[in-house]
Amino acid sequence: MSLLSVENLTITFGGLTAVSDVNMQIGDHQLIGLIGPNGAGKTTLFNMLTGVYKPTSGKIEVNGERIDGIKPYDITSKRISRTFQNIRLFQELTVLENVMVSFDFQAKASLFESIIHTPAQILEEEKMKQEALDILKIFSLDDKADELAKNLPYGKQRRLEIARALAAKPKLLLLDEPAAGMNPQETIELTDLIRWIKDEFKISILLIEHDMKLVMNVCEYIYVLSFGQIIAKGLPKEIQKNPQVIEAYLGKGAAK
Amino acid sequence: MQTKIKGNEKNVNINLVKKIYIKYTLTLVALAIAYGLLMFLVNQGIIDNYILRIMKQVGIFVIAALGLNLILGFTGQFTMGHAAFMSIGAYGSAIMTKNFNMPFPIALIVGVILSAILAAVIGYPILRLKGDYLAICTLGFGEIVKVLIQNVDYVGGARGISSIPTKTSFLIVFFGVALCYAILKNLIHSSKGRAIMSVREDEIAAEAMGINSTKYKMIAFIIGSSMAGLAGGLYAHFNTFIDPASFNFAKSIELITYVVLGGMGSLSGTVLGTSILIYLPEALRGLSSVFKDYRMLIYAFLLVLMMIFRPQGILGTREISVANIIKLIKGIKKLSFKDILKRKKAGE
Repeated sequence: MSLLSVENLTITFGGLTAVSDVNMQIGDHQLIGLIGPNGAGKTTLFNMLTGVYKPTSGKIEVNGERIDGIKPYDITSKRISRTFQNIRLFQELTVLENVMVSFDFQAKASLFESIIHTPAQILEEEKMKQEALDILKIFSLDDKADELAKNLPYGKQRRLEIARALAAKPKLLLLDEPAAGMNPQETIELTDLIRWIKDEFKISILLIEHDMKLVMNVCEYIYVLSFGQIIAKGLPKEIQKNPQVIEAYLGKGAAK
Repeated sequence: MQTKIKGNEKNVNINLVKKIYIKYTLTLVALAIAYGLLMFLVNQGIIDNYILRIMKQVGIFVIAALGLNLILGFTGQFTMGHAAFMSIGAYGSAIMTKNFNMPFPIALIVGVILSAILAAVIGYPILRLKGDYLAICTLGFGEIVKVLIQNVDYVGGARGISSIPTKTSFLIVFFGVALCYAILKNLIHSSKGRAIMSVREDEIAAEAMGINSTKYKMIAFIIGSSMAGLAGGLYAHFNTFIDPASFNFAKSIELITYVVLGGMGSLSGTVLGTSILIYLPEALRGLSSVFKDYRMLIYAFLLVLMMIFRPQGILGTREISVANIIKLIKGIKKLSFKDILKRKKAGE
């Protein structure tokens, strides 16, 4: 049984079919790429996987449990978490608080305990703080822990977003264009980081990315989406030679 | 070896809890001393009844404004019907003491519970709305409450309720402010508080991180509205007369002004903002005849200036606290030391 299985997933907005009949399997501890030209429906697919959009038809299962149509915050507790294409940090919260927000759904303290600060709640807070600092250390952000998220430079904001997503302890991490806007050096660092995360946390990662070098470098398996449909899937080498993929990116005639 | 480390960790944890509880005790002692000092000044006649009355009024509106700040400043939900919850608390408790001869504290609690229930009933459908839509919806709700009260004869209709027993002592206002402040401060500095603020910052991202945004908006709305209910109950037994017009739309706007001026997302800012805005018109009264005649104009003008030059409010999202003051003093010391060094160098 695979970690994530997607069957005949379709969503329509009015008359427009943004994603149609997508099938996808992701196993444990895999690094999968999702590529496609602009407007192919990659982010829409992400939004369905994370509950932001409700699919029109089809099935999404995590470990055999259906998750399509349930709320985004319930999907997080099913151990799927994500980052966003356009960074969505909690700007006015500190770096540390940003990461700690992800612990809330795992916290035991009730509202009442939070208001009167029982010893158990204080200890839980302290534990969360330490855990958050540990995660920040991995992303070498621990020295910025008390800074507001909005004051971080762009590359660090990207990293913080990944840190925050990891704090939700996912089995499947969805990264939406993590390298967007990064310079080549930062992209190389990110490539290493993604690979390291996958091994260290023993999780699967689904990656949307336009930087082909990065995708071909880290992904074990690639799905290609074009006009809402999967037009190809396979190993990076196969995808590079696939005439349909070349056509989707470069137009007819380019494949010859 | 292993157990030793664990034992150490346990000790550290116990020390941490101890430290925090000692801090709480010290805060309580400081509050008691502050109250004692105030009462001493009152007994000595340094603070006269006029000032004491203003202080009570400030306290009552601080409670309401603190509740509003939780909704507006910390959760980011723009509500314009906060005074309606005050009226529920005021009417609820006034009827309890006047018609049922209930003890004052119980009447207050009844008012708070009524406000909370109403907040839950109203909040569930309307908190799904965002921004302006929510503002207009709460505005409409406030008017509905007003018109309903106006048309129910049992609660006096448009005539209101008069000769409510005077029960609001300074002690109970002081205690109420301290309680509400403590509740909010603890809530904000907990996991739930961070969840509430994350909803303000970015609802979609918060939901992706496992935060049920509707639930947290509800929590904030109910707690905030209960505080308005408490303030309403205190107000009724302070003013001894309430009518639907005392809690109209203008009152909601006034409360929003207190919160915005003090700084949305700052508890001490709310206390400061409310104190200034209630005291200012009174202080201007005493200055000279020019100020006396135009005091409301000056008051409004100051508000406009404030919003132009400091739109984030007096404190922004910062807080006045002992730790922050120490930090500030240290910062000044450091700075001045550096400055001295620089000057010395320049002199040489």
